Amino acid sequence: MTRRISFGTVLLYLVLAVLVVVYLLPAYMAVVTSLKLPNEITLPRAWEFPSTLNWSSFSEALALLKPNLVNSVILTICATALSTVLGSLNGYVFSKWKFKGSEVIFTLFLFGMFIPYQVILIPLFQTLRAMNLYGGLPGLILAHVVYGLPITSLIFRNFYAQIPTALIESARLDGAGFFSIYTRIVFPLSIPGFVVTSLWQFTQVWNEFLWGICLTRHSENPITVGLAQLAGGQAVSWNLPMAGSILAAIPVLCIYVFLGRYFIRGLLAGSVKE
Amino acid sequence: MREVSRDRIKAFITLLPSVVLIGVFVYGFIGNTVWISMTDWRGGAALSENPVKNFIGMQNYVELFSGFLDGRFRQDLVNAVYYSVLLLVGAVGIGMFIAILLDRKPRGEDFLRTVFLYPMSLSFIVTGTIWRWLLAPQGGVNLLPTYLGGKALDFQWLSSMKTVLLFDWQNLFPILLYLAAFVLILLGLGKLRRDPSRAFKHYLVPGVVLGAVVWLFGDLLPRALFMEEEHGFNLATLGIILATIWQYSGYTMALYLAGFNGISQDLMDAARLDGASDFDYYMHVAIPMLKPITISAVIILSHISLKMFDLIFAMTGPDNAATGHPALDMYLTTFRANDFAKGAAIAIVLFLVAGTFIIPYLVTSYRQRRNAR
Repeated sequence: MTRRISFGTVLLYLVLAVLVVVYLLPAYMAVVTSLKLPNEITLPRAWEFPSTLNWSSFSEALALLKPNLVNSVILTICATALSTVLGSLNGYVFSKWKFKGSEVIFTLFLFGMFIPYQVILIPLFQTLRAMNLYGGLPGLILAHVVYGLPITSLIFRNFYAQIPTALIESARLDGAGFFSIYTRIVFPLSIPGFVVTSLWQFTQVWNEFLWGICLTRHSENPITVGLAQLAGGQAVSWNLPMAGSILAAIPVLCIYVFLGRYFIRGLLAGSVKE
Repeated sequence: MREVSRDRIKAFITLLPSVVLIGVFVYGFIGNTVWISMTDWRGGAALSENPVKNFIGMQNYVELFSGFLDGRFRQDLVNAVYYSVLLLVGAVGIGMFIAILLDRKPRGEDFLRTVFLYPMSLSFIVTGTIWRWLLAPQGGVNLLPTYLGGKALDFQWLSSMKTVLLFDWQNLFPILLYLAAFVLILLGLGKLRRDPSRAFKHYLVPGVVLGAVVWLFGDLLPRALFMEEEHGFNLATLGIILATIWQYSGYTMALYLAGFNGISQDLMDAARLDGASDFDYYMHVAIPMLKPITISAVIILSHISLKMFDLIFAMTGPDNAATGHPALDMYLTTFRANDFAKGAAIAIVLFLVAGTFIIPYLVTSYRQRRNAR
């Protein structure tokens, strides 16, 4: 059978090729600029390939951003782990132990995911200050855990809805209680759920900026704030901000490229509809 | 039976910490912000441990919408409206277009999907930093036409001082009413084919009447401001809109692609047998079927555009008035100017706008879940 190549097919691939180029251009620009020597970076020649590869921008940016990267790693791991575990328990209750009003509570939870966070910023700032948590990572972790609860509960609830209720019922008849059903049946089945949720939370917390800048002092700033300061103002040479951007993007890009399937599932779950 | 009820109590106790946290940190804090927005908490009192706050009612809101000094907020609000509309049209349109292309199952679909979606995983600060350089006046995007044999552009993506679609804030009420009339007429025309009598009764006639009444008696409406104050669409926001569309069109693409994949092949074949072209199939079968997805996308994108802070911060800095946004204004007012009360009022305005989208959406999804049981 010979493949018929129609005009439509050619057009399809042509349009797709153009779109691919357009979507990759910013990444190309970031890489090229970060590899240039500072005096080689000029506006008219911005798109051109560097004459010599200069890797020193990366080590320089890494030296500047290292404290921020360390902060972000601690912050992201703690916040992701806590909110995922809590979300799993909540999702278990919301899907398998429905009680009168649990759907209302669930909807009230979801609301927390859609508020513009500016609306809770001032009380959050005041509360953290009163709890002596303002400025440091624990306060930021607390904020990320609390406001991460809606999405993690949502993903786990939808995930656990796929576990047949009959399985839970029969375990109950065998005398298993609330927690033993969770540890023996639900939890072992949840590994994909944990992967989806923690990847989603990881990217969200890693990329967050508003709380980072409002709730932490300089030494505790996460990577997004560090990068904004590195790139902000009248940046002298663009190789550093670009190298910093790439450094800040690498962890989430790795997740996305290698575990993209799970990332997309988190993304689709975030749109509420099952 | 007692075992079960004890388990129910355990279930409730497991949920309790989260309920308390959400109750305090979401609902309690929103209530607190409402209260702060009705006080005069600002200046030196903002930083003291036990600040003195006096209740002043709606005064902060009145100042925001009609005060002499708060023109910046009004322009930011106008920016946010244009910004949201263009982002929605751009991201939904382009995302849908790419999803239709990928639905033709080209070779390397996985690779293509990865390329279109990777911007979504980046932080807004990363996107903003890269795009600020891409949109530099004499370089980046403006140079691209020269590689295709054209002339370099000289558009000032982020610093243009041009403003289009100007209107006077004094005429806010008639403009809003005209807009409502326009939307009614549009909806009516859309429904004209399926249900003419309803379209006339509920949309077209009220729309035309409303428009006519405003046109005839619009002068009787109160002025929103005591002086002339022009606002419009700042072209400098185009650069920011462009970057946001680049980042989020992949998201709508993923939503639509999942939707298209969920439509059975039979339906597509049936449409083909009926003589529908590909265009007809998407226009009249697939896309109308995916209305829930479109609604989700619109809700989430408008939510993103309303809280937009990071990207503008990274692209033009928080102080650039031409690309201002209420979310940035809130930050500056609260943490730079120490005007906590007015910052809270701005946050509440944002919250109310967001709420008008989100509350109906959540209520419908709640009803659907309840009925599904």
